[in-house]
Amino acid sequence: MKRFLGFVKKEFLHIFRDFRTLVILFGIPVVQILVFGFVVSTDLKNAPVAFLDLSNDEITQKVSDKICSSGFFRRGETLLNYNDIDKTFRKNKIKAVIIYEKDFGRKLISEGKASMSIITDGSEPNMATLITNYITAIVTDFNRELAGSQTTGKLMVQPEVRMFYNPSLKGHFMFVPGVITLILILICALMTSVTITREKEFGTMEVLLVSPLKPVQIILGKVMPYFLLSFINVIMILLLSWLVFGLPVKGSLVLLLAESMLYILMSLSLGILISTVSKTMQQAIFISFVGLMLPTILLSGFIFPIENMPSGYGWVAALMPPKYFIIIIKNIMIKGTGFLYVWKETLVLTVMASAFIWLSIRKFKIRLG
Amino acid sequence: MQKIIESSGISKKFGNTQALKDISFDVSEGEIFGFIGPDGAGKTTLFRIIATLLIPDEGKMEVLGLDSVSGFRELRKNIGYMPGRFSLYQDLSVEENLNFYATVFGTTVKENYDLISDIYSHIEPFRKRLAGKLSGGMKQKLALSCALIHKPGLLILDEPTTGVDAVSRAEFWGILRKLRQHNITIIVSTPYMDEAMKCDRVALIQEGYILSINQPEKIREGFSRKLFSIKAPEKYKLINALRSYPGTVTAYPFGDSVHVTFTDDKFNDSIYDYLGKMGISNVVISESRAGIEDRFLELMEKGTKA
Repeated sequence: MKRFLGFVKKEFLHIFRDFRTLVILFGIPVVQILVFGFVVSTDLKNAPVAFLDLSNDEITQKVSDKICSSGFFRRGETLLNYNDIDKTFRKNKIKAVIIYEKDFGRKLISEGKASMSIITDGSEPNMATLITNYITAIVTDFNRELAGSQTTGKLMVQPEVRMFYNPSLKGHFMFVPGVITLILILICALMTSVTITREKEFGTMEVLLVSPLKPVQIILGKVMPYFLLSFINVIMILLLSWLVFGLPVKGSLVLLLAESMLYILMSLSLGILISTVSKTMQQAIFISFVGLMLPTILLSGFIFPIENMPSGYGWVAALMPPKYFIIIIKNIMIKGTGFLYVWKETLVLTVMASAFIWLSIRKFKIRLG
Repeated sequence: MQKIIESSGISKKFGNTQALKDISFDVSEGEIFGFIGPDGAGKTTLFRIIATLLIPDEGKMEVLGLDSVSGFRELRKNIGYMPGRFSLYQDLSVEENLNFYATVFGTTVKENYDLISDIYSHIEPFRKRLAGKLSGGMKQKLALSCALIHKPGLLILDEPTTGVDAVSRAEFWGILRKLRQHNITIIVSTPYMDEAMKCDRVALIQEGYILSINQPEKIREGFSRKLFSIKAPEKYKLINALRSYPGTVTAYPFGDSVHVTFTDDKFNDSIYDYLGKMGISNVVISESRAGIEDRFLELMEKGTKA
């Protein structure tokens, strides 16, 4: 036990002595949270909209005002004919064009029906869908106001869309779980795989092997410090997202922390596994980045919903540990559900963690070559 | 006397390269046993097998009475190993390195301080300095202290003096001689022939074969011919001329002279004439005592001819 503690102490010394390690451990998470929070926001805010008003009456102006005062859009250029639409889009100055047909107001009053078009930029499909939905919602709202003021007695069917769990569709809510998932797997796996391969590269592994330390002691000694530091990281990220973005943890905090520990353990053991198959630090870094970071971003459901993937990708995604953690953490943080709703994912992570630990202890070479 | 290492018929291959071939030797308790040979002779591979880091393809290696393959766990508690490359933690201080190895081996610096005091006292003034910032000689002393801290029964030093200045090298060998008081057996490898004289026994090793094992003095005496040392201002020209001389058996450069053997173990004035004709003057010829290197080259020559 004394041997083991001596080893752990040595690892802590390595970490605290290396400025770069500290930056990666604590700097990157903070920066990522802030960057994702403020910059990569998928919210609609002050998107410029151009208007082509062929009617130009009181009602069209009311509709335009309503759209522009919503906070989601602001008034862009005013167009005069159809030819201008393509031109303004190409200048990249606007996100959407709204066209009112001729005699819009008159038709609406006399026939009870008038048409308008929303043209969006299909080269940004996500944004385009978002804009269409928002404008439709605003116009529907306008319809309702109109119907309310004129007692025509007509029944209007009003589609009411409400976003569950994230009522105002705030982007932060979606990305915080994703960032926690990404940071943890990256830091844990990268750090442990690098620290073990470093011993190989500097030749110190040779001396460690010719010592009474058992593989279990070496592996656990490597894992322990990073386990503690990653756990501090989780708390830091949660605090940060609570203080800066006002994101609360709806479910049980204890459960969330316990699940994080499990996920950290899984990531660390994955890191050790990487180190057993790579000979140099570069190799370890490469495998961690390409093998873990990209799949985590692309296939875990962090950015692209797994349901929308072709079936083959879905299967690949099922093998990605981050996928399960994202489900767990979203459930606990945002929906506030309890363990009963995430026990399956927890089980999968537990199995993965045990498998990785077992494999890495077995693959750990007690000799050279 | 008790045998600390008994090696019989050790062979090891890496792919198609035969790193070691039929290596047999034994080392007695308290000996300083040297392995002398050029780079790539197989010294490191052999030491790694002794240190339980590699498994031999053939043969049996017994260290401290234990089989180096099956008894590796027990053995690792009792050997001190210093690899060829400096392998301490460069980002830890001198003191931290030493304390770490002491804890790992289940002891404390205090407990065995008398064993390392001679060596460690040199670097103790720098105990707060990071190991990476030490000079070559000091790094080597720290590495030796770390390898010794658990009072091992066998100390394995793989080229400890490579890349170290001449003064530190001499000092280092002085330290090794002193360690014999503590009854620690030492095996050491080196590419420097002059260091062979400081061992109790040496094995000359070349391309994975052991050429000869004996006391260094006996190895020198094994030289089969009379050796002459020839000096002239232009050494390169001299060697070429001597090699073309019909009476020459071997001619090797050695420091500022050329070590030469002749077919009938003597020379006559005709050699001066011969060298004179080749444009070499001021030739000084004297009989010389063969060193380890001379014997090594002789054995190598025989080996390649055989």
